[in-house]
Amino acid sequence: MFKWLDPYAKSETLYHFCGKLLPYLMVSALALLLLGNIWGLAFTPADYQQGDSYRIIHIHVPSAIMSMGAYAAMASAAFVALIWQIKVAHWAVLAIAPIGATYTAIALITGMAWGKPMWGAWWVWDARLTSELILLFLYLGVIALNGAFSDRQVGAKVSSLLALIGVINLPIIHFSVEWWNTLHQGASITKFARPSIDPSMLWPLLISILAFAVLLMALTCLRLRTAILVNEQHRPWVRKLVGGQ
Amino acid sequence: MHFQSFGEFLAMGGYGFFVWLSFGITYLLLVGLIAASVYQQKQFKQQLKATIAREQRVKQYQEQQV
Repeated sequence: MFKWLDPYAKSETLYHFCGKLLPYLMVSALALLLLGNIWGLAFTPADYQQGDSYRIIHIHVPSAIMSMGAYAAMASAAFVALIWQIKVAHWAVLAIAPIGATYTAIALITGMAWGKPMWGAWWVWDARLTSELILLFLYLGVIALNGAFSDRQVGAKVSSLLALIGVINLPIIHFSVEWWNTLHQGASITKFARPSIDPSMLWPLLISILAFAVLLMALTCLRLRTAILVNEQHRPWVRKLVGGQ
Repeated sequence: MHFQSFGEFLAMGGYGFFVWLSFGITYLLLVGLIAASVYQQKQFKQQLKATIAREQRVKQYQEQQV
């Protein structure tokens, strides 16, 4: 059933496949981001309670959702790397981790800049904020663990294992606003019922979420290509490609 | 357009500092991540190219000696 996927486990095929996708992904990510953000910043009405401060939503929510999306993608790659012993899958784990860490940092920082005027505090040890902070530490842990062993095979295995175990944090982040009494507000769009946000504000937000998702793919392609070159530098096809002979 | 003037747009109804701080840091981090990723690949390619060229020179020299 998944036979058609097999060639992409081969690093040379994957390198060229990512190279083909990269320009389209990068251009559309940046275009969508500018469209969504400019629309959200200048062309939507102000919130009836929060005034113009709510406009931070147009980067806070996309980065927060995609910080979890990136983790799910990283953990899937870790699963493949551990079960089927596919090397490129592990390189993908390490390619995604810094992107996810950046998204998580953006979600935390924009959340602080939103919390200060609305709650009166930059930071509170609320369940949503704390679990998102743990997500940042999980990303940093995966990166650090990989480099902590002199045997690279062991580092690869242990960091992939941490990435898998950390998945438990995703439902905790998502349901934290329901399970505990949090200062952080509940879900507006990531629920099965109708979104509790006006369509005029929802559309630019959805575009920005899509932009962060496409940017995640673009950066994964870019970073995975570098990882393939580094790890396969002694292979003839890399020598031919880079050495130009 | 929601705002009447550019000054009003910058002021963000009094929340200008927090809104522009958020967007500023976000774009700084994103541009930094993209630039770092591009730079890493460029640098590694250059480094590998130099290594390969050096190996070839050594090989050529050894062949001349025989």
